[in-house]
Amino acid sequence: MFYRLIFAAFRIFFVCLSLALSLLATKAFAADDLKAMVNALGTASFAQAEELVNNLGKSGDPNVVPALEALSEGDLFVRKSDGQVFLTKRAGSKLELIDPLTGASAGEEAKSALSKVKVNNSLRRAIRAAIGGLTLMSPDRTVRLQAAQSILKAPSADSLEAVETALAAEQDAEIKGVLESARAVALLSSDRSLDDKKAAIEVIKERGGRDSISILMTAANSADEALRPDIDAAITSIENSLVFADAAQNVWYGLSLGSVLLLAAIGLAITFGVMGIINMAHGEMVMLGAYSTFVVQNIIRTSYPELFDWSLAIALPVAILVTGAVGLVIERGVIRFLYGRPLETLLATWGISLILQQAVRTIFGPTNQEVGNPSWMSGAFELGGLTITWNRMWIIVFSLSVFFALLFLLKRSAFGLQMRAVTQNRRMASSMGIRTPWVDAFTFALGSSIAGMAGVALSQIDNVSPNLGQSYIIDSFMVVVFGGVGNLWGTLVGAFTLGIVNKFLEPYAGAVLGKILVLVLIILFIQKRPRGLFALKGRAVEA
Amino acid sequence: MITAFLLRSLDRKIIVAIAVLLALAVFVPASNLLLPEDSPLHVPTYLVALFGKYLTYALLALALDLVWGYCGILSLGHGAFFALGGYAMGMYLMRQIGPRGVYGDAILPDFMVFLNWKELPWFWYGFDQFWFAALMVVVVPGLLAFVFGWFAFRSRVNGVYLSIITQAMTYALLLAFFRNDMGFGGNNGLTDFKDILGFNIQAGGTRAALFAASAIMLALSLLVASGIVRSKFGKVLVGIRDAESRVRFLGFRVEHMKLFTFVVSAMMAGIAGALYVPQVGIINPGEFAPANSIEVVIWTAVGGRATLIGPIIGAVLVNGGKTIFTGLFPEFWLFALGALFVAVTLFLPKGIVGTISGYIASRREYRKAASAKPVPIDAEPQAAE
Repeated sequence: MFYRLIFAAFRIFFVCLSLALSLLATKAFAADDLKAMVNALGTASFAQAEELVNNLGKSGDPNVVPALEALSEGDLFVRKSDGQVFLTKRAGSKLELIDPLTGASAGEEAKSALSKVKVNNSLRRAIRAAIGGLTLMSPDRTVRLQAAQSILKAPSADSLEAVETALAAEQDAEIKGVLESARAVALLSSDRSLDDKKAAIEVIKERGGRDSISILMTAANSADEALRPDIDAAITSIENSLVFADAAQNVWYGLSLGSVLLLAAIGLAITFGVMGIINMAHGEMVMLGAYSTFVVQNIIRTSYPELFDWSLAIALPVAILVTGAVGLVIERGVIRFLYGRPLETLLATWGISLILQQAVRTIFGPTNQEVGNPSWMSGAFELGGLTITWNRMWIIVFSLSVFFALLFLLKRSAFGLQMRAVTQNRRMASSMGIRTPWVDAFTFALGSSIAGMAGVALSQIDNVSPNLGQSYIIDSFMVVVFGGVGNLWGTLVGAFTLGIVNKFLEPYAGAVLGKILVLVLIILFIQKRPRGLFALKGRAVEA
Repeated sequence: MITAFLLRSLDRKIIVAIAVLLALAVFVPASNLLLPEDSPLHVPTYLVALFGKYLTYALLALALDLVWGYCGILSLGHGAFFALGGYAMGMYLMRQIGPRGVYGDAILPDFMVFLNWKELPWFWYGFDQFWFAALMVVVVPGLLAFVFGWFAFRSRVNGVYLSIITQAMTYALLLAFFRNDMGFGGNNGLTDFKDILGFNIQAGGTRAALFAASAIMLALSLLVASGIVRSKFGKVLVGIRDAESRVRFLGFRVEHMKLFTFVVSAMMAGIAGALYVPQVGIINPGEFAPANSIEVVIWTAVGGRATLIGPIIGAVLVNGGKTIFTGLFPEFWLFALGALFVAVTLFLPKGIVGTISGYIASRREYRKAASAKPVPIDAEPQAAE
């Protein structure tokens, strides 16, 4: 006990010493000093640890980065017997010790012989800033960019010097821009002159964006009275420019939602619009498509991992075949006996949907299945202040191409011609030698396989579970009813209108209330135009 | 006039059904309360509550049959009226808890205290009185049906479109009632009821009384429904179902007649919900789920649409099957239900009661034909296209 007290006293002395040293020679640290500082972390109080972290950051030595990262993650342990600090890795019941600076292994130790170096949020902030400063000078461009961005997120006056040094040395224009913003943000909380700060506010204002507002808000709380008007003016100016960006963002989200709705509804538009069948099992076809993707990906993962980026391209025909076949079976087995009784197709297909859901639940289990994004689907890019994720982008492209392909099929192919003929006048078509039962069967299969394609796409952005279809079926019906039955263009317009209206209502009313409002609007709209936006006219209406 | 209405509404089947229901209303509670537990005729309390629940479902199916079977309006939103009636009753039961709740607030229900509400929202006023709650049980669903139907029928939304927007209606209500700030208990709904009209809601006597009330209410609704159906008005309703335009051209106000039937049916559904809630002890937004409303359609279809008695039998059979099935093989219930949907639409389009009475009628025809001279039968008139 006595020894430990002495030991602690020695350590505190050492902390003070290292602090003094750091003041004297900010740049030049010997490896031994670093080692001592890291070890000192083991018993330092939070306040002391924060000083230590800042000093480690000022050392400019990238070797301390792993230790700091481990500290922030709670993976840094101190050995009780000698006060040495180590990184740890789980090795069976014991922990493997790793030297914090060199990364060399230093044996194993039972958990009881180690105690965790505690960390709190203010310490984590300091660590992030320190790591940011350290990695700013890295030769790797992406590391530098990330470092600059992490400083921008957690600005502190301490990192100001590091940022300025880095700024002077930086060549890359993009990183330079980020660094300038970071410098301005850090400057606001430092003790520089008022004029410098005013210039910094200008820089932040130029940068714009929602996080700039919050940066300025926090700055306003601690800032000088003289700076207030400048900050307020900057905030208003950013907000004004944001209104436009917000509208653009909403349109984008709306298009994205609309494309999902279009994908889900377009197959329904075929079966409901062309054949007059209320296919309540349509959502389950979407689900089957998503599960086909899951199965294909699983096979690829286990057997041909190098094909993973192609998994969606392989899953697409598989899903089309699976759902098309299921659709064909449903049409031949059940629906063909129910033509002319639309309300009863509704009941029968609802029953089928229950069976399909339960079948999938029995085979795959009720939980969500994980479907991975291929590399070209993940990530995002920036476009004029909008963050656009690749998966949303591709889904819009995909749904539009499915739409136009379908349109082409209906208008230009022999099968499409037969289909339209049967829709318009079944008896006449039959007398002309068209085999109407087969046209019906393949039309239904076509609608189902489009739902399967939708499932492949939706597996990328939604949870793949047996309930996947249920969440889309009502929305899809709304789209078809709103757009007008029997007209694909109506479905297109309906889907995107509903998507955009939904996303514009959301900020004002909240997600749920927005959706309720949309439903109410549709119900009211149906009163005005009972047959939808693009209604069929003439005899077909009463059929 | 009332006697005339009664006389007209009673045919043999209806008399038998009402007699059975009234007998149940007397004998089941009596056997539950009076007979000793080891008697073979004793009905245990849990069965009383279970069958009481089935009877409320039967009432809901009867309400749907009135609009679907006789008026051709396939409502996929009847669960919404049921749930609204249930919520009105639930609000009364919540206010009866008084200071016995977890937080002990004399006025505010527990969930409001939990959400830091300071005072009762205006729409909760009056629900401490039973008569007011009982009124709301029919007024709220009736009003919703009136407004909804007024818009829908006036602009001639019918068939599939009507089905889909009624489904949208119940879906919207589902989403709305899930919100905490609606003031209806959000996700958890209303539960933890203590007593009704001063009687402990858990007690065997109350359960028996609720069962009797459900049976009597069902008998009464059957009487009303049968009165409507067998009147001249009812004949026109069937006309609307089969050829709406033709009835309109004959000078009937089709919208008004549909609206009247829809509102009456919604009120029945509301009563069913109000009887349902005290017997199961909870009402939550899940009751608004579109799937529930579709299930009501299958009860009606199994029993036989446009038979009035069929839906009652269908509701009891399907729910009894559900109780047994989910107990024995829980994972197969959805398969069975799904297969039932398909099988009934394909093979039993008239339902159980419709098929049996069709069979009896054809036997009678056959016997009559056998005893009388054969007459040439004209081909069935074809509907114009």
